[in-house]
Amino acid sequence: MQELPEYLSVLKSRFGDRIEEIHAQHDDATAVVKRDAIVEVCAWLRDDEKTLFDLFLDLTAVDYIGRKPRFEVVIHLVSIPFRHRLRLKVRLDEDDPVMPTIIPVYPASNWFERECWDLYGIKFDGHPDLRRMFLQETFVGHPLRKDYPIAKRQPLIELRKSEVRRNDESVEPRPA
Amino acid sequence: MSLIEGRYGPNIVITSLDKVFNWGRGSSVWPMTFGLACCAIEMMATAASRFDLDRYGIFMRPTPRQADCMIVAGTVSVKMAERLRRLYHQMPEPRWVIAMGSCSISGGPYWEGGYHVVKGVDLIIPVDVYVPGCPPRPEALLDAFLTLKEKIAKETMAKKLA
Ligand code: SF4
Repeated sequence: MQELPEYLSVLKSRFGDRIEEIHAQHDDATAVVKRDAIVEVCAWLRDDEKTLFDLFLDLTAVDYIGRKPRFEVVIHLVSIPFRHRLRLKVRLDEDDPVMPTIIPVYPASNWFERECWDLYGIKFDGHPDLRRMFLQETFVGHPLRKDYPIAKRQPLIELRKSEVRRNDESVEPRPA
Repeated sequence: MSLIEGRYGPNIVITSLDKVFNWGRGSSVWPMTFGLACCAIEMMATAASRFDLDRYGIFMRPTPRQADCMIVAGTVSVKMAERLRRLYHQMPEPRWVIAMGSCSISGGPYWEGGYHVVKGVDLIIPVDVYVPGCPPRPEALLDAFLTLKEKIAKETMAKKLA
């Protein structure tokens, strides 16, 4: 376990219970934030003089199938003045994969949230335009979820001939 | 073309015309660039000065209307397949297709798990020459053009014998 950077302890003392966990394994400062606090935490991180996390890098999700809660939304932030990096995680339950949008704080997260919705099926409450980002509108399901059947095909147009497969339909979804 | 194509048997006029046309078509294939992924980089390298497609009379065209060959270089996604077929139909006949790279041959690395990839461009449009590789080297693409030239040389306007 590495030494905790100061801004992480400051964050923990500022928000208390609403930060579930902090650590800095492999020098990666990480804070697990409660879902309802995420917008507030982001706004504070961006505006406070001691943190100034002004650059939004990435938002994505991880599907820990079989674990409770199942999903983890990961947000990466950078502070340009201090050269700090921070990773925020929000854990979401399988039955209720909804999280408040952070567009009011970081407008750049708009398309990332759409991508996250497209591929993981995580809804962002308050997002102005939550459509699919990459896949066609007619696509059924969310393919980066671990229980999406990998042999499933959803062609948009009629194919000239049928696809040749090594062993038809024997491709099972990855075990949990 | 339709005035004579498929109407007469292989007589001396038809076969001589065939030779002229096939020589012209095969010696100056104008491919439409259809760079979709990493294979497109090799395709560009083939067109650039080191390998220099121009000396084979091959000029990349940016539009389907001026092209008679389509190099599908890269991963054909489900969404792109629709557009690819439309662009193919916009090319004037006669037209040929080169499938470049494992992706456009069979889905390549996305063979089993790719939810968004068409498993081979030949599911969408007919393909004349397959160039295996991930990505194929520029020499392989040049070889594909020479193979295509041989293939074109065998075409004829004569009536098909049943
Ligand atoms: S065949 Fe390989 S190099 Fe070509 S587009 Fe597919 S992954 Fe990229």
